[in-house]
Parts: sequence; structure tokens; C-alpha cells
Amino acid sequence: MKKGHVIGLGVIAIAIVIIMSSIGEASSYENFATALEMKQNGEDKAIHVVGKLKKDTSGEVQGIEVREDKTSFTFLLVDTEGTEQKVFYNQPVPADFQRSEQVVVIGSYRDKEIFVADKILMKCPSKYQETTVTAGNL
Amino acid sequence: MINTFVGNFGHLSTLIAFVSALVTAFAYSQYFKANELDKPSWRRFSRVSFYVHAVATVMIAGSLFEIIYHQRYEYFYAFSHSSKALPVHYMISSFWEGQEGAFILWAFWNVVLGLLLVHTNKFWEAPVMVVFALVQAFLISMILGVVVGDLKIGSSPFILLRDATQAPIFEVNPDFVPEDGTGLNPLLQNIWMVIHPPTLFLGYASTLVPFAFLIAGIVTKRYAEWIRPALPWAIFSAMILGMGIIMGAYWAYVTLNFGGYWNWDPVENAVYVPWLILVASIHTMITFKKSATALKTSIVLVILSFILVLYATFLVRSGVLGDASVHSFTDLGLSGQLLIYMLFFMAVAIFLAVRAWKHIPSSPNEASTYSREFWIFLGAITLSLMAFQVIVPTSIPAWNALVESFGGISNMAPPAVQVEFYTKSQLWFAILIALLTAVGQFFWWQKMDKKALKDALLVPYIVAMLLAAAIIVVTKVYEWKYILIVLSGVFTIVANSVILVKLLKKSTFKLAGGSLAHIGLGMILIGIMFSSGYSDVISLNMSGLTYSNSWEDEMNKEHVLLWINKPTQMKDYTVIYRGRQKKVEGVPEYVPANLLASTGKVNQAVALEDYQTYFKKGDTLQLVLEENDYFKIDYFQNEKLQFSLSPMSQFNEGMGGLISSPDSKIYLDRDLYTYVAAMNDFSDPEWKEDETYEVTPGQQFHIADFVTYFDGVEVLKELEGYTLKEGDIALKAKIRVLDYDVEKILEPTFIVSDNQVGKLPVEDADLGLKISLENILPEQNKFVFKVNQYQKDYVVMKAIVKPYINVLWIGTLLMLLGFSVAIYRRFDEFVKMRDKGVE
Repeated sequence: MKKGHVIGLGVIAIAIVIIMSSIGEASSYENFATALEMKQNGEDKAIHVVGKLKKDTSGEVQGIEVREDKTSFTFLLVDTEGTEQKVFYNQPVPADFQRSEQVVVIGSYRDKEIFVADKILMKCPSKYQETTVTAGNL
Repeated sequence: MINTFVGNFGHLSTLIAFVSALVTAFAYSQYFKANELDKPSWRRFSRVSFYVHAVATVMIAGSLFEIIYHQRYEYFYAFSHSSKALPVHYMISSFWEGQEGAFILWAFWNVVLGLLLVHTNKFWEAPVMVVFALVQAFLISMILGVVVGDLKIGSSPFILLRDATQAPIFEVNPDFVPEDGTGLNPLLQNIWMVIHPPTLFLGYASTLVPFAFLIAGIVTKRYAEWIRPALPWAIFSAMILGMGIIMGAYWAYVTLNFGGYWNWDPVENAVYVPWLILVASIHTMITFKKSATALKTSIVLVILSFILVLYATFLVRSGVLGDASVHSFTDLGLSGQLLIYMLFFMAVAIFLAVRAWKHIPSSPNEASTYSREFWIFLGAITLSLMAFQVIVPTSIPAWNALVESFGGISNMAPPAVQVEFYTKSQLWFAILIALLTAVGQFFWWQKMDKKALKDALLVPYIVAMLLAAAIIVVTKVYEWKYILIVLSGVFTIVANSVILVKLLKKSTFKLAGGSLAHIGLGMILIGIMFSSGYSDVISLNMSGLTYSNSWEDEMNKEHVLLWINKPTQMKDYTVIYRGRQKKVEGVPEYVPANLLASTGKVNQAVALEDYQTYFKKGDTLQLVLEENDYFKIDYFQNEKLQFSLSPMSQFNEGMGGLISSPDSKIYLDRDLYTYVAAMNDFSDPEWKEDETYEVTPGQQFHIADFVTYFDGVEVLKELEGYTLKEGDIALKAKIRVLDYDVEKILEPTFIVSDNQVGKLPVEDADLGLKISLENILPEQNKFVFKVNQYQKDYVVMKAIVKPYINVLWIGTLLMLLGFSVAIYRRFDEFVKMRDKGVE
């Protein structure tokens, strides 16, 4: 076999390994029901859950409990299926957390009660979509 | 008054630029095809057409900048990207904060490059400029803002606010002009954000040059000659793009709160990947120039680097990344257009390359293991695989979108822990690259066989091993993967230094580009390993207190809560938070915020007290962005103040709350990097219930846990803001509140006038106290104070030590220097050949 062929085969092999490992280590989008099911089946992989913060009728965010040392907190997240779940995050409350329209938590269930987020991604109301040019700008 | 002229002018320029780009493409293709007789007139026409395009493009940029500079908030772009409080140099950042501005910037650079090419090339002008003009047509179409039926082509930056929004105010008053804009994202208010985007876009734009030469080469059947003019530009492109990436990383390091310079975010990956491919293509092109091999590989890599830049643009700006990226670029509905742009050039390039494939010369002999071609080729392959490993997971959101557009369901998400995921593969590729650069350079400059290789490598190898061992021992690198990085990094530094010295002795500095860049690479590798691998969070919560007695306590708390004035232990330091500060024009240091009171005007404050020699009580001061707070944090070691850091945060209503930026103490061998993650919210304090204290002058008492002294009262003759009449009484009580080593004097006032009682309470935001003198009980010689408490001021902070980060920065500078030297050499070669009339 020529050296060129060896290299070629090597490249193809590495490329396949790269694709397989990307798929293998890719996370997935779940809802709280499927995430809990995964946990109970012993899968500890971190997954993504998309949801919204729980709000009362006047739009106030409910259920944020900041720990006494202010370095961690829990909150209530409602996923796209409407399931409400208490989520723990081992970081201070992100600055514009309450304003976020959508929250993606990346993490897994610790036990049945609580979901531990390793990372939070927030989608905040973009100023581009702002249709309110109010007297505040006068 | 609404000024519609600038907008119309800008829009007209856009239309002219678009049409003239198409005309230029057509004209140059005619010039290319025309016979010798017609050529001069076609050339003149093509050039005039391109100049018109160039002027129009500059006019687009000029109009947009005029709108921002003159604060014309009737325009949507100025309204949403700028504000009155913004200093002039940040208006430049406003220009490219929006996507439209970014496209204009890109088009502008293409014009500059195009003009350079027109004037430096003879033979290549026509075919190269056809490609250029077509790219320009696509770019300008992104900002065209033309609606044909249901089809919207491009998003114009020149639309008026009233057309962009459906705000009810415009129904009442169509000529309404907002007083102020919503401001520039505070994260972009940084000097690096003024220069990073233009650098990056120049990098993007310049990938077009080698691509255009390649297409020109294939079309004119000069399958190999295009490499000479393309090579200096490819190196230029790699240098500028690399510089843009580093500037972005540095910007992230000094302004963003994620605690580092690189996060493997899709937006970062999208630039990193084309850069790797570009670097690979440079190497194969250089090989080709020396030994007529690797031409086909070069062609593939050049096409790939150009297409990947377009793919990166598509990923980042089409909205397809969705919530996969922390960078928020809004979807302007350009995804279809961006896709067509990318697919068009991909199709053209593939079609032309495939058609010409069998005519492209390739070397019949296989490269020997002891040839430089072999080693360079391995390097190019490694770089390509490195790029592949990053682009595959980064494309997961695009894959989902693709599956869903065909009606399928895909719930794949990018790797949950992206930093670890990418690092563990990239690390091995990087080690391999370092080894290849060390060995490859020897092959490059000498004819090698087994024995010569051994002789050449032995000394550098031994020196490198000794040096690496010393570094490993001194800096205590005990992780085996990191040891390998040090070994390979030092090896490439030593080996390339040997080459460098030899080259400098034998010939000129002109040839030193490669070895310089590779030394830089070795340093970058080692710098990254130390600063990221051994980055040490020192703000671990060391209070020893457990708050909840549950599993939560077992998680590492990487943030520390600092109450104002309270010393807190943090590894080797004792830190004390000392309160908020502001930046005042004309004062070199930050000024404590409680010396200033707002006047109600933008960025203006009045001094409440004298401050050193800089200002006197009552002076009106200009603030540098009033919404910026700088939190003063003192660092002590052995009871002695070592230094203070002032991480920043900005509260910006229009922009969506709080944004913070870090501050670092920079040492030669490490950085201490700190940022504020959460802070007290003063805007709407929830005062606790009233407490009353009856105290006699001289008495000591406690308010909450503050030791407090009531020193007595003073009868006032004058009272600021009041005119005291005959028979009025004004009393000022002096209360001293002790908080650790700080003594605060609070003086509430009590006024009796016409049998009416007036009370002037005092408030201290730092301590969260409000005190008023409520009543006087003369019989008991007692004074009654009412106290309300809020929360003492605090910050939650994170502090990280990043060792040897300077090695990384120095390495990048060396690499850029290496690129510059190589550009000079290759351009010089091209000019000599051109002037000989070869091309």
C-alpha cells in the first residue's frame, strides 16, 4: 500500500471518530418529564431544557429563593409542556434573569425534587423588537 | 424636525452601489473577453464603473455615520444603537453594532482591497475584479431594503423609526423625534470593540483575494500561476484574521464576565475554523512554490477558507444558532439571502474546479518521508482535522434546522460542557502541530535523510527537554497532558529559534517569518496551558459557614459575598469592599459615588464635598457615563494595602439591566482577574419597619450591629436651602456610626418654625440606614431618633488567578510579526515577477 493511501485512510478514520464523538457527546433538548425519566434510567448526561420563569398574573417572577450567602439560588421553571420544576443554580442570580423571556437550563436532575443547572442561557427581550417608543424617550 | 435627506441619500447610494457592482462585473467580463483593440476602452469603462461603486460604498458608510454622529434618532439605526451620553469614539462602535453596519464595513474593506488590486495587477485585473464585483453585489444586497412583491431583499439601515416600529406615538405625531436613543450595548463600549470588528472584517474581506485569484487562475487556465499573487494576500488574510480573533479574545477577557478569553462559543468557533484552513492553505501554497506539489490541495483549501467565512457569517447572522450562542445577533430575515450568497460561490467554485481538475498539474511522484512536502502536508491535514473537529459540533443547530426544514425532528443540542469538550480534542491536535512545526522547519531549510535529521534535531531536542524539565519543576506542572504541552511547545520554540539564528546569520531577516510565527505558536500553546489549565479560583467561599446543611454545601461556591467594610479572607489576601465609585472627567482616579449627587442632566453631577485638589463642594462635574459604577475592592496582605481593583457594572434600562466588566491586577507572571457577579440594588430599597431610639448626648448605643455614638446637638444659624426666620430653631444632631474601621457621621436636622416641626433625615446608602431626629424630650435630656434599615451595601465577587497569561499575549505578537515578515517577502517576490513582465 502506498503511503498516500495510508494517510488517506487515517484521515477518513479520524474524521469518522470526530463525527461519532460529536454525536456521542452532543447533548439534547428535553422537557422535564423526559429528563426525569432519563435520570431514573441512570443516564446522568447533562441535557438542555427550554422553559420560562414562573410568573404570577401581574407578570412578577415567582419562586426565586436566593441563599443567604447570595452565591446560589433556586427558581421555578415551566417547560414547554407546562411542567413546573424547581431548579438550583450554584451561581449568583444573573443580572437580567428576571427580565428574560426564555431560559435554557443545561444540567440534570439531582433527585426527583430538584434539577441542578450547570449553566443557564437566557434570551432577553431584544431591543430590536422593542415596539414601545414611549414618553421615556421624550 | 425629521431629516429625511440623509436617509434618502444613503439609500440612493446603496442602490447605486448595487447596480454599479453588477455593471462592474459585466464590464470586466467584457474587458476580459474583448480583443486587443477593444480592451483599452473596456478597461476604462470597467474601472470607472468600479470607482463609481467605490464612491457609492463610501457614501453609504458616510451617510450612516452622519446619522449616528448627529444623533438623528428619527432613524431606527441611530435610535437603537446610540445615545446622547455616548462619547464620540464609541459612536464608531455604534456604527457596526447592528448587522447592517457590519455588512457596510465588510463591503467597504472589499472596496479598499479592490482598489489596491486594480492598481497592483496587470494581467489579473479583469478576472479577479469580476469575482470581486459579484461578491460586492451580494454584500450590498444585504442592506438594499427593497421590497419586490412579498419578497424583501436586504435590511436597510436607513429606515426611519416610524417605519420600523408601530409605536402609537407616530399615529398622533408622525414627525415625532425621540429625545435620546436606547444606547450602545455597554459591553461594546470598550476600545477593543472600536478596533476589533474592523480588523475581523478586514480579515473576512481579505479571504476574497486569494479566492478571486484562484477563480481567475482556473478560468484563464493558468492553473498554477495564480499562487504567486495570491500568496502574500493569503498570508495577509491569515494575519489580519488572526489579529481579529486575538483582539476579540482580549476584548472578552477585559470586558466579559465569563472568566477567560476563549469559551468555544459558536461565534468564536465560526472564525477560528476558517483561520485554521487559511493557515493550512498558506503552507501548501508555499510548498507548491518550492516544489510544484500540493497544487490541488491548495486549490481545495483556498476555496474552503472562503466558503467557511461565508458559512461562519451564515451561522452567526442568520439566527440559526438560536439559543446555542451567548452572543446575540438578531435575525434580520437575511438567512435566505445569506444562504444563496454562500451556495452561489460554493457552486461556482466547485463547478470550475471540477471542470478543470484533470488539467491541473500534479506531481507524479509520491513525497518521500524525508521530504519537506510530506511534513507540510501532514501539518495541513492536521490543521484541517482540527478545523473539522470544531465545525461539526458547532453546526448542530444548523443540522437541526436542516432536518426540520424537511419535516423531521431533531433534538440534538451542542455539547453541554463546551470548553472541556473542545479542549480535550484540540489539545492533541495542538501538540501534534507543535511537533510538526519543530521538525518541519528543519526539512524546510535543509535536505534531509535519516542521519542528517538526527544530527539536526539532537541538540535542539536535548536543549528543549532540559528547558521543559526546568519549567515543569519550577512551575509544578504535574498533569501529564500538560507536561506534553510544555514539552512540545518548548521543542518548537527551541527548534525554530535554532533555525532563526541560522537564517539571520546566513541571509536576511526576510526569510525569518516562518520561524518567528512558529516560536509564537509554541508560546501561545504554553501560555494557554498555564492560564487556562492552571487558572485558580481564589474567591472560594471560605467563611466556613454552612447555610443550608444540605448537599448544596458540598458544591464549590466560587463566589464570595463581601459586605461593605468587612474584611474577608480570600486565599493569600484579605479583601475589603469599600463602596461604589464613579469616573469623573478630569480626575485620573475613580471618585467615591457618595460625594456626588445627580443634577438630573445626562452625565452631570454636583460635588457634595471637596475632593483632593480636583474639585470643590458645589462644583458641577461631568461624569464619564453616569450609569457606570466602579466597585472599589482593597486587597491586603499582612495588614498592608497591596492594591485596589475596581470592577465595573452598568445599569442600563434600555439595554436590559445590568452588565458587568472585570478588572485585573497584572503581574509579569500572572493576572489576578476579578469581577462582580451580583450587587445590592439601591433603586427600590425595601425599608424595614421604624425603630426608635431615645438617647442622651454622649451615649453609646447600637443600631443593628453598628456601634453608634450620639455626640450631641448643635444649634444652626444657617441652613442650606432654608431661610431661617426670627424665632425659628434649627438643630443638627451628630451621630457617629462605626462599621469596622470606618466611622460615618450622620447629621439629621430638626427645625421648629411657626410652631411647625420639620425633619430632615439623612440616608447612608453604604450602611443602608436612614435616620431622622423625631423629637426632643427636654425634661429627660433625651433625643428621639427614628431609624429605618435597609441592607448594607455588598457585592458578590469572583476572583481568578491566571498564571503566565503574558506568555500567550507575547506569543500572539510574535506570530503576527512572523506573518508580517512573510507578507513582505512574498509581496516582494510578486512585484519582482510582475515587473519582469511575467504576470
